[in-house]
Amino acid sequence: MPSFFDALSYEFVQNAVLAGVLASVLCGVIGTFVVVKRLAFISDGISHAAFGGMGVCFFLGIDPLLGAIPVALATAVALGLMDGETIRSADAMIGVLWAVGMAVGIVFVYKTPGYAPNLMTYLFGNILLVSRHDVFVILALAVSILAVLAIFFKGFVAVAFDEVFARVQGVPVRALMVLLLSLIALTVVILIQIVGIILVVALLTIPPVISLMLFKDLKSVLACSVLVGVGITLGGLFLSFAYDLPSGPAIILLGAVLLIGVYGVKKVPRRRLA
Amino acid sequence: MAEGPVIAVRDLTFGYGREVVLDHVNLEIQPRDFLAIIGPNGGGKTTLLKVILGLLEPWSGRVEHNVPGGDVGRRGRLGYVPQFSTFDKNFPLRVSDVVMMGTLGRRGFLRPSSKADRAAVDRLLERLGLAEIARAHVSEVSGGQLQRVLIARAIVSEPRILFLDEPTASIDAESRGSLLALLRELNEEIPIVVVTHDVTSIAPMVRRIACINRRLFYHGGPELSQEVLEETYGCPVELVAHGVAHRVLHDHDHHGH
Repeated sequence: MPSFFDALSYEFVQNAVLAGVLASVLCGVIGTFVVVKRLAFISDGISHAAFGGMGVCFFLGIDPLLGAIPVALATAVALGLMDGETIRSADAMIGVLWAVGMAVGIVFVYKTPGYAPNLMTYLFGNILLVSRHDVFVILALAVSILAVLAIFFKGFVAVAFDEVFARVQGVPVRALMVLLLSLIALTVVILIQIVGIILVVALLTIPPVISLMLFKDLKSVLACSVLVGVGITLGGLFLSFAYDLPSGPAIILLGAVLLIGVYGVKKVPRRRLA
Repeated sequence: MAEGPVIAVRDLTFGYGREVVLDHVNLEIQPRDFLAIIGPNGGGKTTLLKVILGLLEPWSGRVEHNVPGGDVGRRGRLGYVPQFSTFDKNFPLRVSDVVMMGTLGRRGFLRPSSKADRAAVDRLLERLGLAEIARAHVSEVSGGQLQRVLIARAIVSEPRILFLDEPTASIDAESRGSLLALLRELNEEIPIVVVTHDVTSIAPMVRRIACINRRLFYHGGPELSQEVLEETYGCPVELVAHGVAHRVLHDHDHHGH
């Protein structure tokens, strides 16, 4: 059996590594905002809603990404425009969009004539199916997302930290929230290909949660999240290859083990000393 | 310098759902004011503050801003110190980063912070005795320190008026003393508006009081009469037990009452 490093000469393995690294960089940066602004449930909702668009594209026989992107963006904008005062209905609305998206997707996949795509691939992802074309699409999306994030960075931090104070200062809070959710939506669409719909939220949250335990200022947290994301993605790929495991779950489980380890090192001794 | 009120609330009515919270309120804030907005819990104090700050749209009436030098609109011209339970203390920011946020309004959130901004932040941290904790994480500082950090954030862009929501609610007596000294110093230059249910704690500073309980019951100097307070709170027994405005009453009332 060839080693993981020998396998790097295969194009599909190269694609997987490139896509994984790009996605991890995105995850670290966007995920940090997801965690500090507590948008994990919204992100998960967008991910599941996007499946509706993918299902329709299967049925029509076109690239599922073409369906996932507009549906994810529409969901993000709709949730971003919901009034902050009606937070209870926003919570329920996420649940509704989540379920309806999945239902639409499954109905269309079921009715797709001829070859039916394997649902498992989209639910749990398969990074080894990423094509060179996909890598370029992911690269373009990742660069755009990070560029927009860099331009609006101060505004996003202000909105994430203290929305009320930002509004008093004249920062367009609502518009920035819609923009941030749109960036999250695009990130989610990219991640679906790597780890699948169900595991997206884990890749968005695990690296920042680890980093937040280790660092106190935002820039260090962002840098650490990116490194942790790249580390668990490449490590998970290696485990997937070495032990014949599905790639998405391998990445997530490696992250979870790291999370528990860091938690143990950081939290347990302090509690004992106290 | 423009004469007349810095901010005027004209016949303002606001509510949540169908319930009226503020009923035809008129209020003026003068250039050197130290105004305490007092009243029972749920009486609309904080709501009034939010409407003045532009966070809530009034049902009817209006808030006139006549802020000197306010040619850049309201951005950065209103300093606001929230109750500090309103944000997540575990957010990964250092004290100096939080204060830097106060420069957003004037510089705009698209421009990177300048050397001048950083110098202003450093000067202010020094002045407020926060220099040694500038690099500390917001979760690591004491209640009194955090209160000063939030004041620093509010005044770093040199606002023309400062609003504080329950500033003495979660700090100890010592911090309260330095807070009052700081507010007195700031009040030399700008009007200050404090929303509080505990006017005793800031009584020596207060120049004027507004009693809010849905309607504005009193608006004027701190020589409150027992009748006004009873009318505002609607429950004289609780008022005395509460101690609210009690000190004000005694400090200023031996001539009149």
